[in-house]
This record gives sequence, structure tokens and C-alpha cells, in this order.
Amino acid sequence: MSELHIVVCGSIVPDPLQTLAPMEGPTGWALKNEMMLPAVLDPWAGHALYEAAALAKKHPGSRVWLVSLAPKAKLQQVMMAVSQKAPFELVVADGPASGFTDSFETARVLAGAIKGIAGLDTGKLLLFGGWQSASRGSGAVMQMVGEMLGVTEQFQGVDKLTLRDDGSMEVKERVEGGAYQISVVSGAPAVFGWATGELPEPPNNPQIGMQNMQKNMPALMQAKPADLSGSGLKLSAVAVPQQRRETRVVKDVPVDDMAREIVEWLKA
Amino acid sequence: MYTLRTLPGDDVRQIMWRFSDRFDLQMSVQSARAIARGVVARLVADGARNTHEWTDQKNELLIAFDQSGLTALFMDPHQGGFIEGPKNLALALVAFELSWVDAGAATCSLASNLALAPIHEKGTPEQRDFYMAKCVPPQPGEDREIWRGAFALTEPLPYVGVDTGVLCGKATVAEWQDGQEPVLQIDKRGRFITNMDFANFVTAAVESADERIKGSFMVILEDTDEGLFDRGAPTLKMVHQLSSTRDPVLNLKVPASRIIGGYEVVDGVIVPKYNHSEIIGAVFHRTRIPVGLMSSAKLLSAVEPVIRYHRNRFRGGDSCKEGSPRFDKGIQINEDALQRLIDVWASGEAGCSLAFAASRLADAFDPVEKAKEAHFEAQGVTGPRKQMAALRAIGDQVKECIDLEYAPAAERDQARLDALKADTLVQYASMEALAGVLNPGVKLWNTGVGATMMREAVALVGGYGITEDCPGFLMQKWADTQLEATYEGPEAVQRRHLTLTMTSEVFQATMSAWVRQMQRAGRDVPGLGGFVLASAMELWQWTLNHLQNATDDEGRKLFHNKRQGVTFPMADALGWLLGPYFLACDVMELIEKGPMSPTLADGIDDLTGFYKDICHVQAARAAGEVARICTELVYGYNECKCSAPSALPGDHGDCCRDELPEFRALKARIDMCMAGSRKARDRAGNALIEVMIPEALDYPMG
Ligand SMILES: Cc1cc2nc3c(=O)[nH]c(=O)nc-3n(C[C@H](O)[C@H](O)[C@H](O)COP(=O)(O)OP(=O)(O)OC[C@H]3O[C@@H](n4cnc5c(N)ncnc54)[C@H](O)[C@@H]3O)c2cc1C
Repeated sequence: MSELHIVVCGSIVPDPLQTLAPMEGPTGWALKNEMMLPAVLDPWAGHALYEAAALAKKHPGSRVWLVSLAPKAKLQQVMMAVSQKAPFELVVADGPASGFTDSFETARVLAGAIKGIAGLDTGKLLLFGGWQSASRGSGAVMQMVGEMLGVTEQFQGVDKLTLRDDGSMEVKERVEGGAYQISVVSGAPAVFGWATGELPEPPNNPQIGMQNMQKNMPALMQAKPADLSGSGLKLSAVAVPQQRRETRVVKDVPVDDMAREIVEWLKA
Repeated sequence: MYTLRTLPGDDVRQIMWRFSDRFDLQMSVQSARAIARGVVARLVADGARNTHEWTDQKNELLIAFDQSGLTALFMDPHQGGFIEGPKNLALALVAFELSWVDAGAATCSLASNLALAPIHEKGTPEQRDFYMAKCVPPQPGEDREIWRGAFALTEPLPYVGVDTGVLCGKATVAEWQDGQEPVLQIDKRGRFITNMDFANFVTAAVESADERIKGSFMVILEDTDEGLFDRGAPTLKMVHQLSSTRDPVLNLKVPASRIIGGYEVVDGVIVPKYNHSEIIGAVFHRTRIPVGLMSSAKLLSAVEPVIRYHRNRFRGGDSCKEGSPRFDKGIQINEDALQRLIDVWASGEAGCSLAFAASRLADAFDPVEKAKEAHFEAQGVTGPRKQMAALRAIGDQVKECIDLEYAPAAERDQARLDALKADTLVQYASMEALAGVLNPGVKLWNTGVGATMMREAVALVGGYGITEDCPGFLMQKWADTQLEATYEGPEAVQRRHLTLTMTSEVFQATMSAWVRQMQRAGRDVPGLGGFVLASAMELWQWTLNHLQNATDDEGRKLFHNKRQGVTFPMADALGWLLGPYFLACDVMELIEKGPMSPTLADGIDDLTGFYKDICHVQAARAAGEVARICTELVYGYNECKCSAPSALPGDHGDCCRDELPEFRALKARIDMCMAGSRKARDRAGNALIEVMIPEALDYPMG
């Protein structure tokens, strides 16, 4: 297979170290101080993006787009780091990125944005995204975006994608119990919801970053507000999973001791 | 009342430090941050600091800097860098991010630039392009070793230290064939030379020991030159261990073309274009800013770990019940713990505002300085004396320009200001005077007072504060500030520098404009502390003027460069004023631009309320210091008269010297302008109880 057209759907989430407290406000549910919290690229989408960039590099002439439904001012901040990691063209729909948005509406906006990409050849389309999101993890958006675009070959929990010379692709998907399922799809278009993939996060490269931002700033500046009005979703209650974080800093504890302690804790 | 919702993030910093529209800088920040909180933090947590040797583990730092563009940050795009134009603000931001975790790593990232700086500032174009390009990491497909440099000025005792005049580094002519380039023998021993473990070249200060060479100069030495390139013993330093320091012994033959800036042969004598003092003057003018910033970054970095320690102090176990104030607030139930942290925070903010202002000025000054050189050259105004005379002649225009620049935009003659600003010499004179104060001011105040404030931060974590396990590495950060206060010129050097520059008429005109500006701020932005700061500035100016004319009881002049007991404290007092002034400017910028930021607009009044209080706290503290220093100097050199037989104890009648009512009036004004400053500290302290902080620090602990 020669050139690829890879579209990565990915948005931003609050930095996971922050305190995430859901609150109902005048415009519905949100996280406390969400706009002020530092954000990062959704980790699953990040894996998808780095895998896309690596594939594109191997196949000269390929193009990578990152399609994002996100508040554009926050997205711009995140782009200062993400833009340095791999070349891509940014497509932005300005709107909420939180876990409280209707996933059907999100999918509709993303599919609309993808349809609007000039020069995208759907015959070559590999639609990438995260199989989950760190904002909520409904695991539903990518499937619906694929359906809306008429792309019905879909794989979720992907950790590896190998392109063969004949244009077919071997996909390694996570299935239950830590096992993998290997399948082969005859070619594009197809949807891949990535798990962690196999690549490390690339180091920042400001040269790539500068090139990306020159191209991508107009997309950010001109991003139109996304229309999510079709949603009938109403959240009657929201709660973060009950958890107790008990952090203890220890050094040089043997693995066996750690395992024993965890088992004791679980049993207690 | 306000609630500080979260700790200030990038959006706040970009507005305050004026780089919202600079993506190149925002990206450099992200790169440096990723390294700081990744590689650097892991090195510190793994104990890499516990050896004086440069280890493979420490070497990971250099690789990380190369990979992420930090090494190439100093270069121009045609040399392999990615930022056009001056890079002082860029380097300052990177130093800020790295020292947030470990200032030694910041030193390590800056040291090669320091080695390049003499070449960058005064080198010939060929020297500049050759060495700058060598120091760019190889690009994909390129097969070459990256070069790193060291800057060697300091020499073993009894030679160069604070006093840079007595060089033991010597240059003689080794060979000089007719019509050929002379070959020099350079004999240089260094002390405490950063990067020396791996430097491929050294920029060294030496002086002639040969009648065929004139004076002193700086020269480039390479590790493959003929002769001795002994890297020497490692410095047994107890700070900044993520940088390499050794005492090298170098005795090498090099072509005369390595003289930085080039040379001429006049009557059979090699005359270097620049002596070593001219070069180091140009270098330190800029490189001291990021060093000062390191100390201030560390103060800000202490805020989050201290809040977390305080809040969580009594949680877990059965020492208190969930939901009780002791459980929820921990040590934060105590007013002092909150307010001392505010003092640390305010000092950090003031230092950063000052240092970033200085680095922005350095960026703006760079092209103006070059334009001035070109202007004088075109006019044939050569030599420092003629140039000084030309600059003196436009003194009135310079002051007019300053007055207009700081006047309210709506009230001033904008056309006149534009005209004055278009005049290269006017611009040069006003910027040069300000940079001459800000650069040593940053280095002096941020590091010196920063060291003391860092101790306060350590104290707030109790016993853990002084262990390797202290979250945020506060103990290491405290110790490190002492080096920041020492290298590139200890505090004495900065005070000496300020002694010369702070009395300039142009700077005094600037200070007078600041007084008016802060008085307006006092009126227009209540709660910022503008009045108290303006009053302190007035007292300082009055005192400086007084000291320059007054004598002690023996009739000796008070303000004299031999009298450091007078001049140095005045420099310290000025240092106190600079930080809150620039913080006030940054807070006003936040008040103006914050509401336009989609991410900040929602909570902007809370945020600016807090920042006004922080600024007020620092302004009041500075005013107190200035009042104390000025009072000691104004009264302290004349004997107490109250001990006369006729006087009553505490009867100050005879000490109330007739010339001083004005001083007393100004000082009383400061006292009154303290109004509200402790309430500001109360409010700011209380804000720390509610502020939302992350669940854990974003870098590992010891
Ligand atoms: C870890 C480390 C790294 C360094 N890296 C480099 C490097 O890369 N390149 C380089 O060239 N140098 C480097 N230095 C050297 C550093 O710049 C010097 O140590 C510094 O300039 C002070 O010189 P000194 O130690 O000889 O102090 P001295 O000159 O002995 O001064 C000691 C003290 O005496 C007082 N004093 C001295 N002179 C005066 C005066 N005229 N007026 C008032 N008080 C005075 C001051 O309190 C001063 O702090 C480094 C130092 C260290 C510790």
C-alpha cells in the first residue's frame, strides 16, 4: 500500500493528576474549574496519533489529520506540546471536550468535520482514535463516527497495525483476559480504536512544532462553534467512582512484599 | 473576598510574562517542562546528585536537551536553531522550567551557551557561524559529533574571582613566520569551570606575557589542539550536582585567528580587537538574568508541595476524624503557615516578574544596540568618549521620551513619543540605563533574598524539609540558591555594578516616572500597593540624592565607590523595589488582558484579587526594607547627640537635623501607605485554604 490518509480523532482531557470534581452548572454538568485546569491530549488518542505518524513516515506521501472537538483556547495550549511530536494537519470544531457531552452528538460533529476535509480520499482512509477516552470512556464515539462515514470495518483495542505489501492490514486487538485477537482486513477504509499501541511518546521537536503551528493556527483561529444541539441526553446524577487514594511513598520494597500487601488490602 | 480557584497555569503566565502570541516560546516551555519533570526529576529522585563525578546517568540530560531542541535554542535558524532574533526571553523561560525541578540541570543547559556567548557577542562572523553550527545537534542523516563548550574566566587562587583584573592565564607568541598567521601559546588554568567534563572547546580569558601581543583578550581553545588539555579535578561542590564542574589545566598552541573578535597587527604587535573585560561585560550583561530567575522559579515551585504537605499532614491513621478541621485543613488551620507561604510566593512572583521584564528588555535592546553601533559608525563617531558625549547631548530628549512612555496613553503626545522612539540614540540611551540596573538587580535580589526565602519554604515542611525525601526537592533547591548567588559574579559584583548605574540621570528619570505611574496605580487599581511602592521609591530617590551630597561627622563624603557600607545597601534597597514594581505591571496586564482569555474570563476577578494582594504584600515588605535601609544610612553616620549632659535619654531634639524634615515626611508617608497591606496578607493566606491543587506532584519525589 502506498499513501495513507489517516484521520485521528482526539481531544483533550484535564491533566489526570488534577482533582476532578463534577458539578452541575447553568449549562449542565462540568468539572469544577475545568477551564482553568491544565489539559493534556487524551492519552488513548495520543497513542493513535503517534502510531499514525509512524505509519505515515513509513509511507511517503501519506497525510495525517487530527480532528478535535474541543474548546479551542484550551486546545491551543495543548497543541504547544503535541504539535512538537509529529507532523499533522489540525481540524477543529470548537465545543466541549468533557465527558458529559452526548457521544452521539460528538460523533456527528466529528463525522461532519471529517467530511469537510479537503483532499481526503475516503478510499485511503484509516480512521484512528482511542478505543476509550480518559474523560469518560464510553467507548462508543469511534464506532459511531465510522458508521456515519460508512466505514464498517472496525477494530477496537488495537495495539498493533501492520501494513502488508498487498494493501491488506494485520490488526492485533485486545480481547478479554489479556489475550489478543489477530485479524486481517483487506484494505482501507477501516476504523481503528487504539489501546496503548507499541510506540513511546516521541520527544518534543520544536522544529516540527513550528511547522505544524504555522499550518494549524488558522484552523484554531477560524474554528466554528460546534452544534451539539441535537442531544436529548439528560444526566440526572453524576458521581466519580468511589475511590480512596492512599498514597504511601516507599523505597526498595521487594515485589513479593508489594504483592502480598495488595492482596491483604483487597481481602480486608 | 475572593477564592483562588486553582494554581495559576500557563494561560496566566503567558499574559503576565507577555508571551501569549509567541508559539516558539510556548513550545520551548513545553519541551523544557517535559524534560524537567521527566528525566531531570528522575535523576534527582534516584540520587544522581550524590556524586561529584559526571556519570553516564547525568549524561542522559545532555541527550534529552539535544533531542528536544533545547541545545539548539540559542542558535539562529540559519545555524540550525528555530527561533529568529534575540533569545533572552526564550532562555529565561527554559531556565525557569528546568530549575522548577533542579537548577543544576538548568545550569547544565545554559553552560554551553555561556561558552558560546563571547563568540556570539564579539566573535568574528566566521567564528560565530563555525562554533554555533558545531554546537547544533546532528540532524537526521548527519554523521558528526555535537560540540559543547566551557567558559573559563575564573582561575585558581590568588587569581581571578570577583576581581577579574589579575589574570594568571598567559599568552605568548609560539611561532610567527613572515607573512603567516601567528601561532600563540596559551597557558590557562581554570577554577570551577562548568561543562569541563565534556567540553570540546573552551573560551578562555588570558593576558599577554609577550611584548608582541597587546593587553588581554579571550581565545578559543579546542580539545584537539597541540599541547595539554587536562580537564582537571572535579569540583567537590555540594550544589548543582547535575552540572559538571572541574578545574582544568590547559597549555595549548593555537592560531591567532582564535582570538575572539579577531586582531590587527600594528607595528609588529598583535592587537586584539576586544580586551577580556569588554567581552565579559557584554556576556554577563545577558547571562545573569536566567541565573536570577532560577532562584525565583524555585520559590514558586515550592507552593504546591508545601500546600499539599500542610493539608494532608494529619490524614490517615486515627489522629483525627474525617471531616474535622484538623483532617481537612491540616496545618493550614494555622494562620502563620498560610501567610509565610504567601511571603514565599510573593517573593517568587516579584523575582519572576523582574527577571522576565529584564529578559524582554534584553531582547528589545539587542537590535537597538546594533543600530546604535551602525549609526555611530556611519557618523564616524568612534571611541567611547565621543560616543558618551553624543549620548549626553541628547539627555533632555531621552528624559522627555521616558516621561511620555510612562504617562497615561490618553493624556500624552503620542506623535512626539513615536518620533522620539524612532530615534535610535534616544532609544539606546534609555534602554541601556534601564538594563544597567535590571540585569545586576535581578542577579542580586532574586538570588540573595531568594536564598533566604527558600529557607522559609524549607522550614514550612518541618523535619522533612531538610531531608532528601522532601517533596519538591526543597532542601536541594535551598542549597542551590547559594550557587546562583555566587557564580557569574557574587552579590558584591552586582552591588558594585549597581553603584555605578543606579545614579545615572537617565535611570533616575525612569524611577521618577515609575513613581508617578505607581501613584496612578494606587488610585486606579486599589489594593495593588501602588501608593506604598511609590512612597518607597520616592524615599529611596531622596536618600540617594542626599547621600551623594552629604558627609559624615568627619566631613567625609557618604556616597563614594570606596564606601561600600553606603553604596551597597542602597543597591540592596533598589533590588527590593524592582520586583514589586514589575509585579505590579504584570498584575495590571492580567487585569487588562485576563478578561479576554476564554479560559480565564470566568474566574478573572478572583484571580486578579489574589494577585493584587500578593503584589501588595510584596510592595509593603519592600517598602519596609527600603525605609529601614535609608534610615540607617541617613542617620547612621552622625553621632547621637542625645548623650550630651543636657539631653534627656530618648530626647531626639539634637538628632533632628534641620535638613531632614523632608526625609521624615517621606518616611511617614510610607508608614501611612502601609494601610491595608496586612489585610491583603490575611486574605491571600486564606485563599490558600481553598485553592484546588493536583492530587500529587507531577514529578517524582526522593
Ligand atoms: C559550581 C561553580 C561553577 C562555576 N562555573 C564557572 C564557569 O563556568 N566559568 C567561570 O569562569 N567561573 C565559574 N565559577 C566561578 C565563579 O564565577 C566564582 O566563584 C565567582 O565569580 C567568585 O569568585 P571567587 O570564588 O574567587 O570569590 P572571591 O573573589 O574570593 O570573593 C569572595 C567573596 O569576597 C567578597 N568580595 C570579593 N571581592 C569584593 C569586592 N571587590 N567588594 C566587596 N566584596 C568583595 C564577596 O563577598 C565575595 O563573595 C563557578 C563557580 C562555582 C562554585
